[in-house]
Amino acid sequence: MRAFYGTELPNPLMLGTAQYPSPAILEQAFRASGAGVATVSLRRESGAGQTFWSMIRDLGVLILPNTAGCHTVKEAVTTAHMAREVFGTPWIKLELIGHTDSLQPDVFGLVEAARILTEDGFQVFPYTTDDLIVGERLLAVGCEVLMPWGAPIGSGRGLNNEYALRAMRAEFPDTPLVVDAGIGLPSHAARAMELGYDAVLLNTAVARAGDPADMARAMALAIQAGQLAHRADPIEARDMASASTPVIGKAFLS
Amino acid sequence: MTLWSVIGAGVAGLAVATELVARGAQVQVFDPSGPPGPHGCSWWAGGMLAPWCEYENAEEPVLRLGQQAIGWWEEHTTVTRRGTLVVANPRDLPDLRRFARRTEGFTEVIQEEITQLEPDLTAFSNGLHFPNEAHLDPRRALSDLYRGLTDKGVQFHRKPAPAGLKNAIDCRGLHAREVLHDLRGVKGEMLVIRAPDVALTRPIRLLHPRMPLYVVPRSDHVYLLGATMIESEDSGRITVRSMLELLSAAYALNPAFGEAEVLEIGVDLRPAFPDNLPRIRRLGRTIYANGLYRHGYLLAPALAQGVADLALNDTHTELVDEDRA
Repeated sequence: MRAFYGTELPNPLMLGTAQYPSPAILEQAFRASGAGVATVSLRRESGAGQTFWSMIRDLGVLILPNTAGCHTVKEAVTTAHMAREVFGTPWIKLELIGHTDSLQPDVFGLVEAARILTEDGFQVFPYTTDDLIVGERLLAVGCEVLMPWGAPIGSGRGLNNEYALRAMRAEFPDTPLVVDAGIGLPSHAARAMELGYDAVLLNTAVARAGDPADMARAMALAIQAGQLAHRADPIEARDMASASTPVIGKAFLS
Repeated sequence: MTLWSVIGAGVAGLAVATELVARGAQVQVFDPSGPPGPHGCSWWAGGMLAPWCEYENAEEPVLRLGQQAIGWWEEHTTVTRRGTLVVANPRDLPDLRRFARRTEGFTEVIQEEITQLEPDLTAFSNGLHFPNEAHLDPRRALSDLYRGLTDKGVQFHRKPAPAGLKNAIDCRGLHAREVLHDLRGVKGEMLVIRAPDVALTRPIRLLHPRMPLYVVPRSDHVYLLGATMIESEDSGRITVRSMLELLSAAYALNPAFGEAEVLEIGVDLRPAFPDNLPRIRRLGRTIYANGLYRHGYLLAPALAQGVADLALNDTHTELVDEDRA
């Protein structure tokens, strides 16, 4: 298994902590899924979510703070520094929004911010598009993880461009890859793992489901299934039937 | 006869005192800030009695206990029963469908029906109408409870409750967190505006990905715009982002809100337990009633009844989660 900056994830589900009906339900979702990583947003308010943040710490999982909602390099860098102070981790999910409606990342600013943060000693998890060249640039400035989108944040549309995600997997065979954003259903998450991705990051699909704990568990099971399937070396799809039992030569044909 | 001391004169304390007095108990109230005012978070509430809408993102007790609130408040203050209208921008129609799936007690309405209900709401093709919901003016409700209590001879002490008080009922909201360690603050921001060119008669909710946005009409073309929900305990100031979102929501409902004047800006912290449901706890000689979250007016009656049941009859209703008398 590919390690994330030297850390092997206990479970390849990275679960967001926003938008749940209550912190109690958030906790149930984590318990039910066994998610290995909790992502937390610091952008919405500076310096004062103490009780909520200590609830996240009490989940006892790895914490990946994020820069959700940042639109400029400067904002993202400032937020990352704050996150490091609050959670005492060099991990940062770098999210730099370029487009208001699609929340598409600004990949140019992303590379720049990733460079600055890496030089500052951060271990950057960049939320990026499925563009290979952007991926290369991110690795060139020191990122050791890439997190391409499946579809726009919160859209629940699944893997919009499976071809591109597959190409990314082929292009970066040694880099841990995470599908981040766009997952709506467990089948989407399973598919990402079948493609050989190392983890799936999602939030809305669980937090806004009618029963977040059940959906979190469904996601975790699907991710596990997809991961197992990938390791098991699935068969290739083919055009014609290939009978599992030979027919010719059978003594009796009914 | 036992003298009960209610500590805190926000919506929780006043509702508890009112319920106790209604059941014949003798009550006094302590609050160092004096009568209800801008120092308490219930001053800044929307005052929607909307259990069906709230149920979209809350647990079952909110729906069930909330429905009893409308009748309770009608006995003590003016309640407007005109229902609630929920609308969404065309691009957010999946959210409207989701909202409808998660709750009950509504009829689906289309543009003509929406404009029939609210002639000043012309920009929406689909919505949900919750005919049985109601709203009140929180400031009026608080002062009506306050007056009702003083009329019945309840004494209000403008000072902190003395230490070691027997038969105390602590309704101090977030101030009680030195005892209630699982209590947290959830920041809310709201605006009061006056829009002479807009006439809305019932609470309107505009679906929004990050907060339950609503406009509640007060008298004289005054409207309350609420409210952000931020997991933060910094009650200092409203942020530009929050204000932009609140104001653009109003503008999206009706561009004439662009001409409105901003009268007040409110920022406060809602006291909440981890499941966002209120709790009654008896620890030693004090009963704690807290955690109304964003349901101050919706659940204060149930909280008050639960406290009275515990205090006067030693009965444990569902909101009691701990009793170490």
